Amino acid sequence: MCSLEKRGNLFILTLTGQSVEHRLNPHLITSIIAALSQAKAQSSRGSALVTVSHGKFFCNGIDLDWVNAVARSNQEAQQHFDHLYHSLKRLVLAFISLPMPTVAAVNGHVAAAGVVLALCHDYVIMRRDRGVLYMSELDKGIGIPEVFMALFRAKISGSTRRDILLRGLKIKGEEALKMGIAEAVHDGEEGVTDAGTEMGDELAKRKWDGEVYVEIRKGLYPELCGMLGMTSNVTATPKL
Amino acid sequence: METCKLEKRGKLFILTLTGEDEHRLNPTRIDAIRSALNQIRSDSSSLSGSVLITTAHGKFFSNGYDLAWAGSSPEKIRLMSSKLGELVVDLISFPMPTVAAITGHACAAGMIFALCHDYIVMRKDRGFLYMSEMDIGLKIPAWFMAVISCKIGDARVQRDVVLKARKLTAKQAVESGIIDVALDSAEETVKGAVELGETLVKKGWNGQVYGENRKELYRKVIDKLGVDETRDDVKNVAIAISKM
Repeated sequence: MCSLEKRGNLFILTLTGQSVEHRLNPHLITSIIAALSQAKAQSSRGSALVTVSHGKFFCNGIDLDWVNAVARSNQEAQQHFDHLYHSLKRLVLAFISLPMPTVAAVNGHVAAAGVVLALCHDYVIMRRDRGVLYMSELDKGIGIPEVFMALFRAKISGSTRRDILLRGLKIKGEEALKMGIAEAVHDGEEGVTDAGTEMGDELAKRKWDGEVYVEIRKGLYPELCGMLGMTSNVTATPKL
Repeated sequence: METCKLEKRGKLFILTLTGEDEHRLNPTRIDAIRSALNQIRSDSSSLSGSVLITTAHGKFFSNGYDLAWAGSSPEKIRLMSSKLGELVVDLISFPMPTVAAITGHACAAGMIFALCHDYIVMRKDRGFLYMSEMDIGLKIPAWFMAVISCKIGDARVQRDVVLKARKLTAKQAVESGIIDVALDSAEETVKGAVELGETLVKKGWNGQVYGENRKELYRKVIDKLGVDETRDDVKNVAIAISKM
């Protein structure tokens, strides 16, 4: 479902998943959360994490096939849907409380819940030659849960946010760079993945204290963290 | 030991952090600054059409809290924090426009102090704006974040400033929308601040109304600092409404 590799101080989380679209179902989500726990347990000063994927898709949203496959009625489908969203919320929490800088190396299409996954990271790098970022909910007639809205409010400003959520835009890498969603764009899957690991290494070199990093991240996104039920911890002691 | 000096130039009040040191924000310096602000407020000519310009001598505007003085004493740290909070409330409710003329580095609490001014003019040839907390392993208090969130609108710039501890030159700070103008040197920066101050003086604004409006604009910061509303606010609103 996903694999975690440690290369020096850098954790590399690879989304595998059953489908080529790396859609989010409870199994994949549980697997990612477990990998993040592992990274947290093995983390030290100067750790960083980069999430990568392979193929045409980074993550194309939630696994509706799973929902339809396991549900025997519309009511059950709704229950599974709800369960999936709760899992997604736990996934967001796992990323936002990870005590190290995080980079999403978006190698291809990223849509709906996949965009949520990408935005859970501190930095997003996209591919220039392929792939679009697309909040498909409006076109599909689906609402966006409040906690994901809070994530958008935290990470993206003003008219960009409106354009992503309210305009159904399919945003290519260059555009995402201009709009301030992506930090950088690179050609080719390898280009993006390499850039992602390079950025991870650069951030790791700062040798930041992970506990302080996550506390500052919490302070930066108070609304989101409040909704995720995250509380503040004791201050760290400064190194003078 | 004098830590700041106050000068009046027509309707401009110029507050300078003196000395070639880092102008660390310890209780002594904060008290001196607040005392100067009090002096301005009690000057009857300051009621309308006045402007405050804050600047500093030397390489630093302010390098933040005096961590060396505070050491590991929780009481001292708390004292510095509460005093800076009081200074920030003073600045946010200050009854006239404020301009920070940044002639050197403004870091951590020093950057917060700078950001609490309405306008920022900064020299482009040297000096950084830098929230250093991430690099030195210090958590940033919620009310600092409220200042950042009020004064730096863009989510990604906020992230870069706070979570990446990015050092911004004046040029980068203008591009990021954090400051207003970048000028060539310390002298040009102070000159620019004075010029900006003069255009604001010409508006002849009612100081009390200005201060009240600013307080509401930065209500998030005031609330995070746990400031109680006074009954005077209600009275002032009633007076303003009655005049409409």
